[in-house]
Amino acid sequence: MSTAAIEIVGLTKDYPVGFWRKRMRRSLDSLNLQVEEGEIFGFLGPNGAGKTTTLKLLMRLIFPTAGTARILGRSIGDTRMHRDIGYLPEQPYFYDHLTARELLDYYTRFSGYPAAERRDRIARMLERVGLSSAADVQLRKFSKGMLQRVGIAQAIVHDPKVVFLDEPMSGLDPIGRREVRDIILDLKQQGRTVFFSTHILSDAEMLCDRVAVLHLGQLRGVGAPGEIVSIEVHGVEILFESREGRPLPLDLIQRATRTGQRYRIEVPEAELYPTLGQLRDCDARILSVSTVRPTLEDYFFRLVDRPKEAHAAVEVNVP
Amino acid sequence: MSSLPGIVAINTFREAVRDRVLYNLIFFALIMIGAAIIVGQISIGIERQVIVNLGLSAISIIGLIMAIFIGVGLVYKEIEKRTLYSLLSKPLPRWEFLTGKYVGLLITLTVNTFFMTLGLAAALFYVGRPFVRSDVSILVAIYFILLELALVTAFALFFSCFSSPMLSTLFTLGIYVAGVFAPDIRNLGDLTHNSAIQSGARAIYYVLPNFHNFNSIALAAHGDAIPLALLWQNTLYALLYVVLLLLASSAVFSRRNLK
Ligand SMILES: Nc1ncnc2c1ncn2[C@@H]1O[C@H](COP(=O)(O)OP(=O)(O)O)[C@@H](O)[C@H]1O
Ligand SMILES: [Mg+2]
Repeated sequence: MSTAAIEIVGLTKDYPVGFWRKRMRRSLDSLNLQVEEGEIFGFLGPNGAGKTTTLKLLMRLIFPTAGTARILGRSIGDTRMHRDIGYLPEQPYFYDHLTARELLDYYTRFSGYPAAERRDRIARMLERVGLSSAADVQLRKFSKGMLQRVGIAQAIVHDPKVVFLDEPMSGLDPIGRREVRDIILDLKQQGRTVFFSTHILSDAEMLCDRVAVLHLGQLRGVGAPGEIVSIEVHGVEILFESREGRPLPLDLIQRATRTGQRYRIEVPEAELYPTLGQLRDCDARILSVSTVRPTLEDYFFRLVDRPKEAHAAVEVNVP
Repeated sequence: MSSLPGIVAINTFREAVRDRVLYNLIFFALIMIGAAIIVGQISIGIERQVIVNLGLSAISIIGLIMAIFIGVGLVYKEIEKRTLYSLLSKPLPRWEFLTGKYVGLLITLTVNTFFMTLGLAAALFYVGRPFVRSDVSILVAIYFILLELALVTAFALFFSCFSSPMLSTLFTLGIYVAGVFAPDIRNLGDLTHNSAIQSGARAIYYVLPNFHNFNSIALAAHGDAIPLALLWQNTLYALLYVVLLLLASSAVFSRRNLK
Protein backbone atom coordinates (compact mmCIF):
# COMPACT_ATOMS: atom_id res chain seq x y z
CA MET A 1 0.00 0.00 0.00
CA SER A 2 1.22 3.46 -0.94
CA THR A 3 0.03 6.40 1.15
CA ALA A 4 -2.36 5.80 3.99
CA ALA A 5 -5.93 6.99 3.46
CA ILE A 6 -5.96 8.56 6.89
CA GLU A 7 -2.98 9.35 9.04
CA ILE A 8 -3.52 10.82 12.48
CA VAL A 9 -0.52 11.94 14.51
CA GLY A 10 -0.78 13.03 18.12
CA LEU A 11 -4.20 14.56 17.67
CA THR A 12 -5.30 16.21 20.91
CA LYS A 13 -8.30 18.33 21.82
CA ASP A 14 -8.99 20.24 25.01
CA TYR A 15 -12.39 21.80 25.54
CA PRO A 16 -12.81 24.74 27.87
CA VAL A 17 -15.22 23.89 30.66
CA GLY A 18 -16.90 25.68 33.53
CA PHE A 19 -18.66 29.00 33.65
CA TRP A 20 -15.63 31.12 32.86
CA ARG A 21 -14.31 28.59 30.35
CA LYS A 22 -10.94 28.83 32.03
CA ARG A 23 -10.42 25.18 32.89
CA MET A 24 -9.68 22.75 30.12
CA ARG A 25 -10.74 19.17 29.79
CA ARG A 26 -8.93 16.78 27.49
CA SER A 27 -11.42 15.02 25.24
CA LEU A 28 -8.90 13.48 22.90
CA ASP A 29 -5.44 12.55 24.08
CA SER A 30 -2.69 12.35 21.43
CA LEU A 31 -4.40 9.94 19.11
CA ASN A 32 -2.18 8.10 16.65
CA LEU A 33 -3.92 6.10 13.99
CA GLN A 34 -3.37 5.00 10.44
CA VAL A 35 -6.09 3.76 8.13
CA GLU A 36 -5.09 2.12 4.86
CA GLU A 37 -6.79 2.64 1.54
CA GLY A 38 -9.68 0.30 0.91
CA GLU A 39 -10.21 -0.55 4.57
CA ILE A 40 -13.43 -0.48 6.48
CA PHE A 41 -12.26 0.90 9.76
CA GLY A 42 -14.44 0.91 12.86
CA PHE A 43 -13.90 3.62 15.43
CA LEU A 44 -15.36 2.22 18.61
CA GLY A 45 -16.05 3.63 22.00
CA PRO A 46 -18.86 4.32 24.44
CA ASN A 47 -20.65 7.67 24.46
CA GLY A 48 -18.26 10.47 25.33
CA ALA A 49 -15.16 8.57 24.25
CA GLY A 50 -14.13 11.28 21.79
CA LYS A 51 -15.22 9.74 18.48
CA THR A 52 -17.23 12.73 17.29
CA THR A 53 -14.47 15.05 18.45
CA THR A 54 -11.97 13.14 16.31
CA LEU A 55 -14.19 13.31 13.23
CA LYS A 56 -14.88 17.01 13.72
CA LEU A 57 -11.15 17.63 14.01
CA LEU A 58 -10.55 15.76 10.76
CA MET A 59 -13.27 17.81 9.06
CA ARG A 60 -11.79 21.06 10.38
CA LEU A 61 -15.03 21.93 12.14
CA ILE A 62 -12.95 22.32 15.27
CA PHE A 63 -9.22 22.83 15.60
CA PRO A 64 -6.80 20.64 17.53
CA THR A 65 -4.96 21.65 20.67
CA ALA A 66 -2.05 19.63 19.29
CA GLY A 67 -1.29 17.15 16.58
CA THR A 68 -1.94 16.87 12.87
CA ALA A 69 -3.64 14.61 10.41
CA ARG A 70 -3.47 13.87 6.73
CA ILE A 71 -6.13 12.46 4.47
CA LEU A 72 -5.02 10.84 1.21
CA GLY A 73 -1.60 12.24 1.91
CA ARG A 74 -2.87 15.81 2.03
CA SER A 75 -3.15 18.20 4.92
CA ILE A 76 -6.61 18.39 6.48
CA GLY A 77 -6.33 22.18 6.13
CA ASP A 78 -6.57 21.82 2.35
CA THR A 79 -10.26 22.17 1.49
CA ARG A 80 -9.66 21.07 -2.12
CA MET A 81 -8.95 17.62 -0.69
CA HIS A 82 -12.63 17.61 0.37
CA ARG A 83 -13.54 16.75 -3.21
CA ASP A 84 -12.38 13.24 -2.38
CA ILE A 85 -14.04 12.79 0.97
CA GLY A 86 -17.55 12.47 2.31
CA TYR A 87 -18.79 13.08 5.85
CA LEU A 88 -21.91 12.11 7.69
CA PRO A 89 -22.16 14.21 10.86
CA GLU A 90 -23.62 12.78 14.05
CA GLN A 91 -27.40 13.33 14.14
CA PRO A 92 -27.31 15.20 10.85
CA TYR A 93 -29.57 18.13 10.17
CA PHE A 94 -30.09 19.90 6.87
CA TYR A 95 -31.78 22.93 5.38
CA ASP A 96 -35.47 22.75 6.25
CA HIS A 97 -36.52 24.67 3.18
CA LEU A 98 -35.01 22.25 0.67
CA THR A 99 -36.26 18.91 -0.55
CA ALA A 100 -33.96 15.91 -0.43
CA ARG A 101 -33.31 16.23 -4.15
CA GLU A 102 -32.59 19.97 -3.89
CA LEU A 103 -30.21 19.42 -0.99
CA LEU A 104 -28.20 16.85 -2.92
CA ASP A 105 -28.23 19.14 -5.93
CA TYR A 106 -26.93 22.00 -3.80
CA TYR A 107 -24.14 19.88 -2.36
CA THR A 108 -23.05 18.25 -5.61
CA ARG A 109 -22.67 21.66 -7.23
CA PHE A 110 -19.57 22.12 -5.09
CA SER A 111 -18.05 19.07 -6.74
CA GLY A 112 -18.44 20.72 -10.12
CA TYR A 113 -20.58 18.14 -11.90
CA PRO A 114 -22.59 19.35 -14.90
CA ALA A 115 -26.35 19.58 -14.41
CA ALA A 116 -27.26 16.41 -16.30
CA GLU A 117 -24.80 14.29 -14.38
CA ARG A 118 -25.94 15.76 -11.07
CA ARG A 119 -29.52 14.83 -11.91
CA ASP A 120 -28.63 11.21 -12.72
CA ARG A 121 -26.35 10.73 -9.76
CA ILE A 122 -28.89 12.18 -7.36
CA ALA A 123 -31.73 10.06 -8.69
CA ARG A 124 -29.59 6.93 -8.32
CA MET A 125 -28.45 7.91 -4.86
CA LEU A 126 -31.98 8.64 -3.63
CA GLU A 127 -32.96 5.20 -4.89
CA ARG A 128 -29.96 3.67 -3.14
CA VAL A 129 -30.89 5.07 0.27
CA GLY A 130 -34.58 4.33 -0.18
CA LEU A 131 -35.79 7.92 -0.47
CA SER A 132 -37.08 7.96 -4.05
CA SER A 133 -40.67 8.45 -3.00
CA ALA A 134 -39.78 11.26 -0.57
CA ALA A 135 -37.30 12.95 -2.90
CA ASP A 136 -39.44 16.03 -3.42
CA VAL A 137 -40.65 16.51 0.13
CA GLN A 138 -39.18 19.38 2.15
CA LEU A 139 -36.70 18.16 4.73
CA ARG A 140 -38.63 19.82 7.56
CA LYS A 141 -41.10 16.95 7.20
CA PHE A 142 -38.43 14.24 7.46
CA SER A 143 -38.13 11.84 10.38
CA LYS A 144 -34.83 11.23 12.12
CA GLY A 145 -34.28 8.02 10.21
CA MET A 146 -34.98 9.73 6.90
CA LEU A 147 -32.55 12.52 7.73
CA GLN A 148 -29.95 9.87 8.49
CA ARG A 149 -30.52 8.43 5.00
CA VAL A 150 -30.20 11.88 3.43
CA GLY A 151 -27.02 12.29 5.44
CA ILE A 152 -25.57 9.09 4.07
CA ALA A 153 -26.60 10.05 0.54
CA GLN A 154 -24.86 13.44 0.74
CA ALA A 155 -21.74 11.77 2.11
CA ILE A 156 -21.29 9.44 -0.86
CA VAL A 157 -23.17 10.97 -3.80
CA HIS A 158 -19.99 12.50 -5.24
CA ASP A 159 -17.99 9.24 -5.25
CA PRO A 160 -15.54 10.18 -2.51
CA LYS A 161 -12.45 8.06 -1.98
CA VAL A 162 -12.65 8.24 1.80
CA VAL A 163 -15.96 8.27 3.64
CA PHE A 164 -16.33 9.35 7.26
CA LEU A 165 -19.52 8.28 8.96
CA ASP A 166 -20.34 9.31 12.52
CA GLU A 167 -22.71 6.73 13.99
CA PRO A 168 -24.21 5.80 10.62
CA MET A 169 -26.67 3.28 12.06
CA SER A 170 -28.16 5.52 14.68
CA GLY A 171 -31.77 6.49 14.27
CA LEU A 172 -32.39 3.58 11.92
CA ASP A 173 -34.60 0.54 12.34
CA PRO A 174 -33.17 -2.97 11.80
CA ILE A 175 -33.94 -2.85 8.08
CA GLY A 176 -32.30 0.54 7.74
CA ARG A 177 -29.27 -0.76 9.58
CA ARG A 178 -28.92 -3.64 7.20
CA GLU A 179 -29.24 -1.30 4.24
CA VAL A 180 -26.48 0.89 5.63
CA ARG A 181 -24.31 -2.17 6.19
CA ASP A 182 -24.85 -3.12 2.55
CA ILE A 183 -23.95 0.39 1.44
CA ILE A 184 -20.74 0.28 3.44
CA LEU A 185 -19.84 -3.13 1.99
CA ASP A 186 -20.57 -1.78 -1.51
CA LEU A 187 -18.21 1.10 -0.88
CA LYS A 188 -15.51 -1.34 0.07
CA GLN A 189 -16.19 -3.33 -3.09
CA GLN A 190 -15.59 -0.16 -5.06
CA GLY A 191 -12.26 0.27 -3.32
CA ARG A 192 -13.31 3.16 -1.10
CA THR A 193 -12.05 3.66 2.41
CA VAL A 194 -14.71 3.84 5.09
CA PHE A 195 -14.03 5.21 8.54
CA PHE A 196 -17.04 4.98 10.79
CA SER A 197 -17.64 5.53 14.45
CA THR A 198 -20.06 3.50 16.47
CA HIS A 199 -20.88 2.50 20.00
CA ILE A 200 -22.77 -0.51 18.67
CA LEU A 201 -20.19 -3.22 18.63
CA SER A 202 -21.95 -5.85 16.61
CA ASP A 203 -22.12 -3.48 13.65
CA ALA A 204 -18.38 -3.00 13.73
CA GLU A 205 -17.72 -6.67 14.27
CA MET A 206 -19.73 -7.58 11.20
CA LEU A 207 -18.21 -5.00 8.86
CA CYS A 208 -14.74 -3.96 9.82
CA ASP A 209 -11.35 -5.01 8.56
CA ARG A 210 -9.90 -3.32 11.59
CA VAL A 211 -11.20 -1.51 14.61
CA ALA A 212 -9.81 0.96 17.09
CA VAL A 213 -11.22 1.23 20.57
CA LEU A 214 -11.31 4.65 22.18
CA HIS A 215 -12.17 5.29 25.79
CA LEU A 216 -12.09 8.61 27.65
CA GLY A 217 -10.16 10.16 24.78
CA GLN A 218 -7.47 7.51 24.76
CA LEU A 219 -6.79 4.79 22.25
CA ARG A 220 -7.09 1.44 23.97
CA GLY A 221 -6.43 -0.96 21.13
CA VAL A 222 -6.26 -1.32 17.35
CA GLY A 223 -6.52 -4.48 15.32
CA ALA A 224 -8.68 -6.83 13.33
CA PRO A 225 -11.83 -7.69 15.24
CA GLY A 226 -10.53 -11.28 15.39
CA GLU A 227 -7.10 -10.25 16.63
CA ILE A 228 -8.50 -8.24 19.42
CA VAL A 229 -10.68 -11.13 20.43
CA SER A 230 -7.97 -13.75 20.21
CA ILE A 231 -6.26 -12.44 23.31
CA GLU A 232 -9.18 -13.74 25.29
CA VAL A 233 -9.38 -17.18 26.88
CA HIS A 234 -11.58 -19.35 24.77
CA GLY A 235 -14.28 -21.49 26.30
CA VAL A 236 -16.36 -24.34 24.98
CA GLU A 237 -20.10 -24.58 24.89
CA ILE A 238 -21.79 -27.98 25.22
CA LEU A 239 -25.41 -28.55 24.42
CA PHE A 240 -26.90 -31.77 25.82
CA GLU A 241 -30.06 -33.49 26.99
CA SER A 242 -30.81 -36.59 29.03
CA ARG A 243 -31.99 -39.82 27.53
CA GLU A 244 -35.29 -41.18 28.85
CA GLY A 245 -35.16 -41.51 32.60
CA ARG A 246 -31.39 -41.20 32.99
CA PRO A 247 -30.41 -38.65 35.67
CA LEU A 248 -27.77 -36.07 34.75
CA PRO A 249 -24.80 -35.12 36.94
CA LEU A 250 -26.08 -32.62 39.50
CA ASP A 251 -23.07 -30.31 39.47
CA LEU A 252 -23.37 -29.88 35.71
CA ILE A 253 -27.10 -29.20 35.81
CA GLN A 254 -26.60 -26.57 38.45
CA ARG A 255 -24.13 -24.69 36.25
CA ALA A 256 -26.08 -25.16 33.05
CA THR A 257 -28.88 -23.10 31.62
CA ARG A 258 -31.97 -25.04 30.65
CA THR A 259 -34.22 -24.45 27.66
CA GLY A 260 -36.99 -27.04 27.43
CA GLN A 261 -35.30 -30.42 27.63
CA ARG A 262 -31.92 -29.03 26.67
CA TYR A 263 -29.06 -27.86 28.80
CA ARG A 264 -26.32 -25.51 27.77
CA ILE A 265 -23.10 -25.27 29.67
CA GLU A 266 -19.98 -23.25 29.11
CA VAL A 267 -16.70 -24.67 30.38
CA PRO A 268 -13.08 -23.60 30.04
CA GLU A 269 -11.15 -25.49 27.35
CA ALA A 270 -9.23 -27.46 29.99
CA GLU A 271 -12.42 -28.90 31.45
CA LEU A 272 -13.82 -30.08 28.12
CA TYR A 273 -12.80 -33.75 28.30
CA PRO A 274 -13.64 -34.30 31.98
CA THR A 275 -17.05 -32.77 31.38
CA LEU A 276 -17.68 -34.88 28.29
CA GLY A 277 -16.62 -37.91 30.36
CA GLN A 278 -19.19 -37.11 33.00
CA LEU A 279 -21.87 -36.78 30.35
CA ARG A 280 -20.85 -40.08 28.73
CA ASP A 281 -21.05 -41.83 32.08
CA CYS A 282 -24.68 -40.93 32.43
CA ASP A 283 -25.36 -41.62 28.77
CA ALA A 284 -26.45 -38.05 28.01
CA ARG A 285 -27.12 -37.14 24.42
CA ILE A 286 -24.59 -34.55 23.20
CA LEU A 287 -26.24 -32.19 20.75
CA SER A 288 -23.30 -29.94 19.97
CA VAL A 289 -19.89 -28.88 21.14
CA SER A 290 -18.60 -25.55 19.96
CA THR A 291 -15.93 -23.07 20.93
CA VAL A 292 -17.12 -19.81 22.38
CA ARG A 293 -15.46 -16.91 20.68
CA PRO A 294 -15.73 -13.98 23.00
CA THR A 295 -17.35 -11.16 21.08
CA LEU A 296 -15.96 -7.72 20.69
CA GLU A 297 -18.68 -6.81 23.12
CA ASP A 298 -16.98 -8.85 25.86
CA TYR A 299 -13.66 -7.32 25.03
CA PHE A 300 -15.17 -3.91 25.12
CA PHE A 301 -16.78 -4.42 28.50
CA ARG A 302 -13.52 -5.59 29.93
CA LEU A 303 -11.62 -2.67 28.45
CA VAL A 304 -14.05 -0.12 29.68
CA ASP A 305 -13.61 -1.16 33.26
CA ARG A 306 -16.49 0.51 34.91
CA PRO A 307 -19.06 -0.92 37.30
CA LYS A 308 -21.61 -3.13 35.60
CA GLU A 309 -24.47 -0.65 36.06
CA ALA A 310 -22.69 1.96 33.99
CA HIS A 311 -22.76 -0.36 31.00
CA ALA A 312 -26.31 0.74 30.43
CA ALA A 313 -24.75 3.67 28.59
CA VAL A 314 -23.37 1.28 26.00
CA GLU A 315 -26.00 0.16 23.60
CA VAL A 316 -25.58 -3.52 22.99
CA ASN A 317 -27.18 -4.71 19.85
CA VAL A 318 -27.64 -8.43 19.57
CA PRO A 319 -27.73 -9.34 15.90
CA MET B 1 -23.00 32.19 -10.67
CA SER B 2 -21.19 28.90 -10.60
CA SER B 3 -18.48 30.16 -8.26
CA LEU B 4 -18.57 28.64 -4.80
CA PRO B 5 -19.90 31.78 -3.06
CA GLY B 6 -22.45 32.06 -5.86
CA ILE B 7 -23.81 28.59 -5.09
CA VAL B 8 -24.15 29.51 -1.41
CA ALA B 9 -25.69 32.89 -2.25
CA ILE B 10 -28.42 31.38 -4.38
CA ASN B 11 -29.34 28.94 -1.65
CA THR B 12 -29.41 31.76 0.89
CA PHE B 13 -31.75 33.76 -1.32
CA ARG B 14 -33.95 30.73 -1.92
CA GLU B 15 -34.15 30.16 1.82
CA ALA B 16 -35.25 33.76 2.40
CA VAL B 17 -37.93 33.47 -0.26
CA ARG B 18 -39.22 30.15 1.08
CA ASP B 19 -39.19 31.47 4.63
CA ARG B 20 -41.55 34.18 3.38
CA VAL B 21 -39.15 37.01 4.10
CA LEU B 22 -40.54 38.97 1.14
CA TYR B 23 -43.96 39.08 2.84
CA ASN B 24 -42.82 42.36 4.40
CA LEU B 25 -43.66 43.84 1.02
CA ILE B 26 -47.33 43.59 1.92
CA PHE B 27 -46.65 45.86 4.86
CA PHE B 28 -44.86 48.34 2.62
CA ALA B 29 -47.69 48.23 0.10
CA LEU B 30 -50.21 49.03 2.85
CA ILE B 31 -48.18 52.07 3.94
CA MET B 32 -47.96 53.32 0.36
CA ILE B 33 -51.65 52.78 -0.37
CA GLY B 34 -52.66 54.50 2.85
CA ALA B 35 -50.34 57.45 2.21
CA ALA B 36 -51.46 57.81 -1.39
CA ILE B 37 -55.12 57.87 -0.43
CA ILE B 38 -54.65 60.38 2.38
CA VAL B 39 -52.32 62.65 0.43
CA GLY B 40 -54.58 62.44 -2.60
CA GLN B 41 -57.42 63.84 -0.52
CA ILE B 42 -55.50 66.68 1.08
CA SER B 43 -53.84 67.62 -2.19
CA ILE B 44 -52.12 70.90 -1.42
CA GLY B 45 -49.28 70.62 -3.88
CA ILE B 46 -46.85 68.69 -1.74
CA GLU B 47 -48.03 65.18 -2.63
CA ARG B 48 -44.77 64.32 -4.26
CA GLN B 49 -42.68 65.49 -1.36
CA VAL B 50 -44.74 63.57 1.20
CA ILE B 51 -44.94 60.37 -0.82
CA VAL B 52 -41.23 60.36 -1.68
CA ASN B 53 -40.24 61.15 1.88
CA LEU B 54 -42.45 58.50 3.36
CA GLY B 55 -41.65 55.90 0.70
CA LEU B 56 -37.88 56.28 0.91
CA SER B 57 -37.96 56.29 4.71
CA ALA B 58 -40.00 53.09 4.69
CA ILE B 59 -37.66 51.47 2.15
CA SER B 60 -34.70 52.40 4.32
CA ILE B 61 -36.18 51.27 7.64
CA ILE B 62 -37.62 48.01 6.34
CA GLY B 63 -34.29 47.28 4.66
CA LEU B 64 -32.36 48.05 7.83
CA ILE B 65 -34.54 45.78 9.93
CA MET B 66 -34.08 42.96 7.44
CA ALA B 67 -30.35 43.53 7.08
CA ILE B 68 -29.76 43.47 10.82
CA PHE B 69 -32.11 40.72 11.88
CA ILE B 70 -31.37 38.35 9.03
CA GLY B 71 -27.72 39.39 8.94
CA VAL B 72 -26.92 38.44 12.52
CA GLY B 73 -28.53 35.02 12.00
CA LEU B 74 -26.87 34.18 8.68
CA VAL B 75 -24.01 32.23 10.20
CA TYR B 76 -25.43 31.67 13.66
CA LYS B 77 -28.38 29.68 12.37
CA GLU B 78 -26.15 27.41 10.33
CA ILE B 79 -23.96 26.68 13.33
CA GLU B 80 -26.84 26.29 15.75
CA LYS B 81 -28.79 23.94 13.50
CA ARG B 82 -25.57 22.21 12.44
CA THR B 83 -26.37 22.55 8.76
CA LEU B 84 -22.81 23.83 8.42
CA TYR B 85 -21.26 20.49 9.38
CA SER B 86 -22.11 18.71 6.18
CA LEU B 87 -21.72 21.85 4.09
CA LEU B 88 -18.14 22.49 5.21
CA SER B 89 -17.21 18.91 4.37
CA LYS B 90 -17.65 19.93 0.75
CA PRO B 91 -14.73 21.60 -1.04
CA LEU B 92 -15.87 24.97 0.26
CA PRO B 93 -13.44 27.17 2.21
CA ARG B 94 -15.01 29.01 5.10
CA TRP B 95 -14.39 32.47 3.67
CA GLU B 96 -16.22 31.54 0.48
CA PHE B 97 -19.13 30.27 2.54
CA LEU B 98 -19.20 33.56 4.42
CA THR B 99 -19.03 35.60 1.23
CA GLY B 100 -21.84 33.52 -0.25
CA LYS B 101 -24.09 34.07 2.75
CA TYR B 102 -23.38 37.79 2.56
CA VAL B 103 -24.09 38.06 -1.14
CA GLY B 104 -27.23 35.95 -0.69
CA LEU B 105 -28.68 38.41 1.79
CA LEU B 106 -27.65 41.27 -0.45
CA ILE B 107 -29.58 39.71 -3.33
CA THR B 108 -32.60 39.32 -1.04
CA LEU B 109 -32.39 42.97 0.05
CA THR B 110 -31.98 44.15 -3.53
CA VAL B 111 -34.97 42.18 -4.79
CA ASN B 112 -37.00 43.43 -1.85
CA THR B 113 -35.95 47.02 -2.50
CA PHE B 114 -36.73 46.65 -6.18
CA PHE B 115 -40.33 45.72 -5.42
CA MET B 116 -40.64 48.55 -2.92
CA THR B 117 -39.36 50.94 -5.59
CA LEU B 118 -42.11 49.74 -7.90
CA GLY B 119 -44.59 50.36 -5.09
CA LEU B 120 -43.30 53.87 -4.60
CA ALA B 121 -43.57 54.56 -8.32
CA ALA B 122 -47.14 53.27 -8.32
CA ALA B 123 -48.03 55.56 -5.40
CA LEU B 124 -46.52 58.56 -7.19
CA PHE B 125 -48.44 57.63 -10.28
CA TYR B 126 -51.65 57.36 -8.26
CA VAL B 127 -51.37 60.88 -6.84
CA GLY B 128 -51.30 61.96 -10.46
CA ARG B 129 -47.86 63.32 -10.90
CA PRO B 130 -46.04 62.83 -14.19
CA PHE B 131 -42.51 61.55 -13.93
CA VAL B 132 -39.84 64.16 -14.57
CA ARG B 133 -36.08 64.11 -15.04
CA SER B 134 -35.31 65.12 -11.48
CA ASP B 135 -36.92 61.86 -10.34
CA VAL B 136 -33.56 60.30 -11.08
CA SER B 137 -32.54 61.57 -7.68
CA ILE B 138 -35.12 59.20 -6.16
CA LEU B 139 -33.36 56.28 -7.82
CA VAL B 140 -30.00 57.57 -6.62
CA ALA B 141 -31.40 57.84 -3.09
CA ILE B 142 -32.53 54.22 -3.34
CA TYR B 143 -29.11 53.21 -4.60
CA PHE B 144 -27.60 54.90 -1.55
CA ILE B 145 -30.00 53.02 0.68
CA LEU B 146 -28.76 49.78 -0.89
CA LEU B 147 -25.15 50.79 -0.24
CA GLU B 148 -26.09 51.52 3.33
CA LEU B 149 -27.75 48.12 3.66
CA ALA B 150 -24.66 46.45 2.21
CA LEU B 151 -22.58 48.09 4.88
CA VAL B 152 -25.00 47.32 7.71
CA THR B 153 -25.22 43.68 6.60
CA ALA B 154 -21.43 43.44 6.61
CA PHE B 155 -21.36 44.74 10.19
CA ALA B 156 -24.08 42.33 11.28
CA LEU B 157 -22.17 39.45 9.71
CA PHE B 158 -18.90 40.57 11.27
CA PHE B 159 -20.31 40.81 14.79
CA SER B 160 -22.13 37.50 14.45
CA CYS B 161 -18.81 35.78 13.74
CA PHE B 162 -17.89 36.08 17.40
CA SER B 163 -20.98 37.03 19.38
CA SER B 164 -24.57 35.94 19.90
CA PRO B 165 -27.36 37.25 17.64
CA MET B 166 -28.65 39.35 20.53
CA LEU B 167 -25.32 41.11 21.09
CA SER B 168 -24.64 41.34 17.38
CA THR B 169 -27.97 43.12 16.90
CA LEU B 170 -27.09 45.60 19.65
CA PHE B 171 -23.58 46.19 18.26
CA THR B 172 -24.86 46.68 14.72
CA LEU B 173 -27.62 49.05 15.81
CA GLY B 174 -25.09 50.93 17.93
CA ILE B 175 -22.66 51.31 15.04
CA TYR B 176 -25.47 52.42 12.77
CA VAL B 177 -26.82 55.07 15.09
CA ALA B 178 -23.33 56.33 15.91
CA GLY B 179 -22.53 56.35 12.19
CA VAL B 180 -25.58 58.44 11.39
CA PHE B 181 -24.54 61.00 13.97
CA ALA B 182 -20.83 60.85 13.16
CA PRO B 183 -20.72 64.36 11.60
CA ASP B 184 -22.53 65.77 14.64
CA ILE B 185 -19.87 64.31 16.92
CA ARG B 186 -17.21 66.03 14.85
CA ASN B 187 -19.09 69.33 14.81
CA LEU B 188 -19.66 69.12 18.52
CA GLY B 189 -15.93 68.67 19.03
CA ASP B 190 -15.16 71.65 16.82
CA LEU B 191 -17.40 73.84 18.98
CA THR B 192 -15.27 73.28 22.08
CA HIS B 193 -12.11 75.14 20.92
CA ASN B 194 -10.20 72.50 22.85
CA SER B 195 -7.72 70.93 20.45
CA ALA B 196 -7.55 67.64 22.34
CA ILE B 197 -11.31 67.18 22.29
CA GLN B 198 -11.42 68.36 18.71
CA SER B 199 -8.95 65.80 17.46
CA GLY B 200 -10.60 63.12 19.61
CA ALA B 201 -13.96 63.87 18.05
CA ARG B 202 -12.40 63.88 14.60
CA ALA B 203 -10.78 60.51 15.25
CA ILE B 204 -14.16 59.06 16.22
CA TYR B 205 -15.65 60.63 13.11
CA TYR B 206 -13.13 58.94 10.86
CA VAL B 207 -13.27 55.54 12.57
CA LEU B 208 -17.05 55.32 12.55
CA PRO B 209 -18.68 54.37 9.29
CA ASN B 210 -20.25 57.52 7.94
CA PHE B 211 -23.85 56.53 7.41
CA HIS B 212 -24.83 60.17 7.23
CA ASN B 213 -23.62 60.48 3.64
CA PHE B 214 -25.89 57.70 2.48
CA ASN B 215 -29.01 59.59 3.40
CA SER B 216 -30.21 61.72 0.51
CA ILE B 217 -33.92 61.25 1.18
CA ALA B 218 -34.45 64.98 1.77
CA LEU B 219 -32.67 65.92 -1.45
CA ALA B 220 -34.74 63.45 -3.41
CA ALA B 221 -37.97 64.59 -1.80
CA HIS B 222 -37.30 68.16 -2.83
CA GLY B 223 -36.40 67.06 -6.31
CA ASP B 224 -32.84 68.40 -5.92
CA ALA B 225 -30.06 66.87 -7.95
CA ILE B 226 -27.59 64.67 -6.12
CA PRO B 227 -23.98 65.59 -6.89
CA LEU B 228 -22.17 63.07 -9.06
CA ALA B 229 -19.12 63.21 -6.80
CA LEU B 230 -21.23 61.90 -3.93
CA LEU B 231 -22.23 58.95 -6.07
CA TRP B 232 -18.62 57.94 -6.58
CA GLN B 233 -17.60 58.73 -3.08
CA ASN B 234 -20.37 56.68 -1.49
CA THR B 235 -19.84 53.76 -3.84
CA LEU B 236 -16.12 53.53 -3.18
CA TYR B 237 -16.56 54.12 0.53
CA ALA B 238 -19.12 51.33 0.90
CA LEU B 239 -17.12 48.94 -1.27
CA LEU B 240 -13.93 49.46 0.68
CA TYR B 241 -15.64 49.16 4.05
CA VAL B 242 -17.51 46.01 3.02
CA VAL B 243 -14.37 44.34 1.73
CA LEU B 244 -12.51 45.17 4.94
CA LEU B 245 -15.37 43.84 7.07
CA LEU B 246 -15.60 40.64 5.03
CA LEU B 247 -11.86 40.11 5.38
CA ALA B 248 -12.08 40.63 9.13
CA SER B 249 -15.11 38.31 9.35
CA SER B 250 -13.28 35.63 7.39
CA ALA B 251 -10.24 35.92 9.60
CA VAL B 252 -12.35 35.46 12.73
CA PHE B 253 -14.64 32.79 11.36
CA SER B 254 -11.87 30.71 9.81
CA ARG B 255 -10.34 30.14 13.23
CA ARG B 256 -13.56 29.50 15.04
CA ASN B 257 -14.37 26.14 16.62
CA LEU B 258 -17.91 25.14 15.72
CA LYS B 259 -19.52 23.72 18.82
N1 LIG C 1 -18.14 21.60 22.48
C1 LIG C 1 -17.77 20.92 23.57
N2 LIG C 1 -17.45 21.58 24.70
C2 LIG C 1 -17.03 20.92 25.79
N3 LIG C 1 -16.91 19.58 25.88
C3 LIG C 1 -17.23 18.86 24.79
C4 LIG C 1 -17.67 19.48 23.58
N4 LIG C 1 -17.90 18.52 22.67
C5 LIG C 1 -17.61 17.34 23.27
N5 LIG C 1 -17.21 17.54 24.55
C6 LIG C 1 -16.79 16.50 25.50
O1 LIG C 1 -15.80 15.72 24.89
C7 LIG C 1 -15.96 14.36 25.21
C8 LIG C 1 -16.01 13.52 23.95
O2 LIG C 1 -17.21 13.80 23.27
P1 LIG C 1 -17.55 13.17 21.87
O3 LIG C 1 -16.40 13.34 20.96
O4 LIG C 1 -18.84 13.74 21.43
O5 LIG C 1 -17.72 11.63 22.21
P2 LIG C 1 -18.38 10.45 21.39
O6 LIG C 1 -18.67 10.93 20.01
O7 LIG C 1 -17.38 9.36 21.43
O8 LIG C 1 -19.64 10.07 22.09
C9 LIG C 1 -17.21 14.25 26.07
O9 LIG C 1 -16.82 14.18 27.40
C10 LIG C 1 -17.92 15.54 25.79
O10 LIG C 1 -18.66 15.95 26.90
MG1 LIG D 1 -20.47 10.93 19.06
